[in-house]
Amino acid sequence: MRFLFKTDYNQDIRIAKHSGYYWSYGLLLLIVVAAPYFLEGYYIGQMTQLFIIAMAGVGLMLLAGYTGLVSLGHAAFFGIGAYTEAVLTSNGVPLPFMEEPVIFPFVISMPLAAIFAALAGVVIGIPVLRLTGIYLAIATFAFALIIEEILSRWESVTNGYTGLLVESLYIGDTELTDGAPFYFLCLGLLVLVILMSINLLRSPTGRAMMAIRDSEVSAQSMGVNLARVKTTAFALSAGITGLAGALFAHKLGFLSPESFTVFQSLELLVLVVVGGIGSLHGAIFGAMFVLALPQGLAILKDYLPTAIAETPGMEPFIFGFILVLVIIFEPYGIYGRWLKIKHYFQMFPVYKKATFKRQKAYMKSERLK
Amino acid sequence: MSIGCIYALVALGFVLIYKATEVVNFAQGELMMLGAFLAYTFISILGWNYWAGAAAAIFCMFFVGNFVDRIFLRPVLGQPQFSIVMVTIGFGYMARSGAGMIPGWGTETYAISTPFSSEGMSLVPESVGSLVISQTDLSVIIATIILCAVLYAFFTHTRLGIAMQASSQNQLAAYYMGIPVKAVFSMIWGISAAVAAAAGILLAPTTLIDTSMGFIGLKAFPAAVLGGFGSIPGAVVGGVIIGIIETLAGFYLPPGFKNVAAYVVLLVVLVVRPQGLFGQKTGKRV
Repeated sequence: MRFLFKTDYNQDIRIAKHSGYYWSYGLLLLIVVAAPYFLEGYYIGQMTQLFIIAMAGVGLMLLAGYTGLVSLGHAAFFGIGAYTEAVLTSNGVPLPFMEEPVIFPFVISMPLAAIFAALAGVVIGIPVLRLTGIYLAIATFAFALIIEEILSRWESVTNGYTGLLVESLYIGDTELTDGAPFYFLCLGLLVLVILMSINLLRSPTGRAMMAIRDSEVSAQSMGVNLARVKTTAFALSAGITGLAGALFAHKLGFLSPESFTVFQSLELLVLVVVGGIGSLHGAIFGAMFVLALPQGLAILKDYLPTAIAETPGMEPFIFGFILVLVIIFEPYGIYGRWLKIKHYFQMFPVYKKATFKRQKAYMKSERLK
Repeated sequence: MSIGCIYALVALGFVLIYKATEVVNFAQGELMMLGAFLAYTFISILGWNYWAGAAAAIFCMFFVGNFVDRIFLRPVLGQPQFSIVMVTIGFGYMARSGAGMIPGWGTETYAISTPFSSEGMSLVPESVGSLVISQTDLSVIIATIILCAVLYAFFTHTRLGIAMQASSQNQLAAYYMGIPVKAVFSMIWGISAAVAAAAGILLAPTTLIDTSMGFIGLKAFPAAVLGGFGSIPGAVVGGVIIGIIETLAGFYLPPGFKNVAAYVVLLVVLVVRPQGLFGQKTGKRV
């Protein structure tokens, strides 16, 4: 058991709480960096997918977990990022003052994809800022449905349901969007995004975001500019998700509007909730869950009687079931459970269940007459 | 108009639950789907009379709604609204895929034979003009009006209805007054599920029954928001308006607009008048 004493005011906002952090996260980083050298191609692909989904999860976590704004339409930003990337790198874009359509190198196109998604986030963010809670969720939901329709109808750009091929990227002769190079690209960007988020969350803006989550009214009375912080959160979240979308476009190699439906939005939200809302760890754990569930079920099917295993709809059923169970029994998700287990061993003989007890309260009405 | 009435009925279910418990039920469309499937079981598989089957389905759905509240929602009572919404989403997933797994229901599309023909009948004499409406559509409209009247009478004239109003205004005060708030919530869920079942049965002749018919519930959001979440007449008017707008958009605008027209309306309403047409201006208590 390690005791932490407060000896410095800056201690509260230090990235690593104590030296153990360097060891554990350093080891983790070492393992994931070394992974492509001893894993097979299939697992590298899966890990890459994990990084991409985790990045989208981090994006949504900033919004839902830290600012308390629930978005039911994050697949829209994911889609905008993916399509922007695909269009910029594949077909080329006719620009003024240029003879030929310009095909962007990925160092420019990926940030552009993120910026486009962020702009979309601002566009949806500004009008809905006055809304809270459920109205906001419904507004983002409507927005996502409209974007989905645009993706499928704007055929000159997106090719509609026929789909859009995404070109691979090359540096010299090495293909960047496949195998180990792509793995490192995704890993690097994910680490970058996480470090940026951690840094954001200890900055005044990040703390303002958390203040808004805990109580909008008190945040406002403490001098937080609600509109500005909320728009920032929306833009950042959309931008990160858009960046993940851009990577996803290359991972998939082929885009169609079906990849960016309301179900993907819900899946992202489930990721955030099951992983553990309000922690960046949760986004990673959640991504693992979302990826591992279908695979786990596929393995499980071999052991079940055929009558059960062959029924369609098994997977969404389990998906919904786990979601309900997690919310009822473990509101802080996988990360919450992890904390409890860790705490149990740290406190070994004297662990008390009440440490993590939640307070129950009668719901206070948000209506005032 | 008749599709608008369906939206209105589903929106009515949302509003009932939201008004009383401040939970937005994302599984309302799935409740409607379950109701329709129950009716299909009674009428087509067991071969009951249409009216008996429909009544039995509505009755069963009342208990299903009750059960959903007991099992899924009571444990999370008092948690942040967001977790409760996620529970309803989770239940929606389970209901949609669960219905596909039940033998006899499956993932195919079914029809219920109804006593209403889909042939047109004229509402006004030929000499006045032509206003033709099919019996199916007429049945939907009439059923909506009857249901609204019954619900209105229930909320204003019965002890239970008044208890529900009380617990929606202030849970704690209602609890002090001796109203069993939790039981009232279960009742509300039951009623809402029954309304959803009625909507599902009425919708069955138009769109047929399958496990994904619950998605129509998503169209009821714009209806509920337009009318002002938490207002029963608002839900009905909102539903009808959304239905009309959608049909008109299908006629006059390029394809694709029909699907999103309702959501565009929703966004505009939220930006311009977030409290909806009939909603009360609300402030937030700290």
